[in-house]
Amino acid sequence: MSEGLLRTPLPERAGAALRDTFLQQALTIATTKFIDLRREAFAGLPQGEALRDRARAIKEATLQHLDAHLERLADNVERLGGTVHWAATAEEAREIVLRLARDRGVRMAVKSKSMATEEVDLNEALEHAGITPVETDLGEYIIQLAHERPSHIIAPAIHKTKGQVAELFSRELGGRFEADPEVLTAVARKALREKFLQADMGITGANFAVAETGTVVLVTNEGNGRMVTSLPRIHVALMGIEKVIPSMSDLVVFLAILARSATGQKLSSYTTLVRGPRRPGELEGPEELHLILLDNGRSRQIASTLREALYCLRCGACLNVCPVYRQIGGHAYGYTYPGPIGILLTAMLKGNESVRELAHASSLCGACKDVCPVRIDIPRMLVELREHLDREKIAPWAERMLFRAFRRLLLSPAAFRASARAGRWLQRPFVRAGRLRGLPLLLGRWTRTRDLPPVAARTFRERWKELR
Amino acid sequence: MAAPVRASLMITCLGDVFFPEVGVAMVRLLRGLGVEVDFPESQTCCGLPLFNSGYHHDAALVAARTVDLFQHAEHVVVPSGSCAWMVKTEYPGLLKNDPARHAAALSLARRTRELSQFLVGVLGVTRLDTRFEGRVTYHDSCHLLRGLGESAAPRALLRAVPGVELVELPGADECCGFGGSFAVRLPEVSSAILDKKLANVEATGARCLVACDAGCLMQMGGGLSRRGSSVKAVHLAQVLAGEVPR
Repeated sequence: MSEGLLRTPLPERAGAALRDTFLQQALTIATTKFIDLRREAFAGLPQGEALRDRARAIKEATLQHLDAHLERLADNVERLGGTVHWAATAEEAREIVLRLARDRGVRMAVKSKSMATEEVDLNEALEHAGITPVETDLGEYIIQLAHERPSHIIAPAIHKTKGQVAELFSRELGGRFEADPEVLTAVARKALREKFLQADMGITGANFAVAETGTVVLVTNEGNGRMVTSLPRIHVALMGIEKVIPSMSDLVVFLAILARSATGQKLSSYTTLVRGPRRPGELEGPEELHLILLDNGRSRQIASTLREALYCLRCGACLNVCPVYRQIGGHAYGYTYPGPIGILLTAMLKGNESVRELAHASSLCGACKDVCPVRIDIPRMLVELREHLDREKIAPWAERMLFRAFRRLLLSPAAFRASARAGRWLQRPFVRAGRLRGLPLLLGRWTRTRDLPPVAARTFRERWKELR
Repeated sequence: MAAPVRASLMITCLGDVFFPEVGVAMVRLLRGLGVEVDFPESQTCCGLPLFNSGYHHDAALVAARTVDLFQHAEHVVVPSGSCAWMVKTEYPGLLKNDPARHAAALSLARRTRELSQFLVGVLGVTRLDTRFEGRVTYHDSCHLLRGLGESAAPRALLRAVPGVELVELPGADECCGFGGSFAVRLPEVSSAILDKKLANVEATGARCLVACDAGCLMQMGGGLSRRGSSVKAVHLAQVLAGEVPR
């Protein structure tokens, strides 16, 4: 995400999002719909809870021997004729793709939706190198035309209304298109068909990669994933190392809960299983398959605080239910991955310093944990992340001192009582009709929109004497 | 006759300083049900604000003190889901490096209950002989609902009061936007979440909005009074004790 945006403090970014009426409208409609669809999908799956437990157990076990599973995956992909690349950083991942493209004279690359490529800023790198990336997922296509970034993990253009998309298409593609999703989809489809045929390289992410078979699995809904993996002569798949799963029977478990959590579908419209490049005698498929295994900060969390974030399937369910995400949308977070899980992933990929403010962009309501298909305890991890911010002195000095002082107050009943008395005295100028308004400093942030109850004329402690 | 149930009140910092009437209602309610109530006077706060903001070393010091204070209590009753959650789920972990206190924390966790869970689970309350006239709606506070898994007890208790008409709040399980320091770290977001909640509350036509957590009541009550609403945010104990302010 652009550095410029991040120079604005989070409260201001959030405030701007709250005042964007189009965004508010789009977010409410889309997240509400996703929540309802997910609920219905799981209501029709009695074994859903058991599958979620199973999926979590698979992720846990896989991470314990991640190196072995990755090596097995790599061996099997190469045995099938593919090439495996290891990228320790985002920069290495970009370089691998660029080198492949340059060496093979690639001028245009079609892409299916991939958060991993967003994470490494691949499109910018390709453009810089004179290679045209074309997003072929409808949502991604919309935001590419708008020169924006995804604001949701699975619905990248969730922040746009259909009216805005119609305007965008009319401006960028030439024509006058009505705000009808069907019309707009047809327009995009027509524009993209040509690109599929022209492109030399297809770039995808991977929802899973199965170690025992060397299969790269893509879960999509528009069919573009199939074309990206079969029409161009080179297929490059970029995946985080945590996406490996041991076996095909594990895949079945994940497929049963992924689409249900994401869009409320039993399965997505397309589940694409890629096993190696085109083999002799086959009529279609790419001549070359390259699988890039991306670390970018992941492996150092395997035995650390953010471990559970490595279970994430990128379904986006936690975004849809998060009261904060539902109010501010994805862009206000400022990084590739928004929402509650996004805060954890940002800390993982960019370091704790980058989430100094974001770590607190959660009321810890726990709705995310409830819907997570692999039951990642996001609130707990956010609290632990905050603990790191204190310990590593990333949290502001004034805040740390304030909480230290608060602790001293809580350890001394006399001081606690005295502060209640002091509050009673200090609040006098601010009492209006039995409520506090217009308080100064930090408390002003409360009273700008809400009243505060005054310190009681007699605290419970003081009244207890006569209740005894 | 069996010995009376004895309960120690963990009144909570917000309950002590801002909502003493909730504590008073709770004392009368429990005594009316034959419970022997005491109040360890040197209690302050469970330390949840410290814990949630990441100040775990500090929270552990507060936890240690609270564990000692309630060491001999038969039952500890808390009028707040979040504080009960803190004691029950976080204290043992915070005190894991102090074996004696860790054991005491596990014991305290077993003896501690949020008020509605205590009334239904320990006392088996199904009927109350107070009265309340009118429509109420109930907000599930996050820690009671998702932290302690409780949504039935408060509703059952409200229905146990003759005269109460309980209407379901649309989105009752959604956060009110309080979140402790979150409310002042991101006040605009917190208030926007609150606005949504209060629009739902007002649509129910309820006279009272009932919750089981002082934090939520501070947030929702503060929002209701700021918009000049006639809906009153009250604690469950106040309805059950027949002490809802006019």
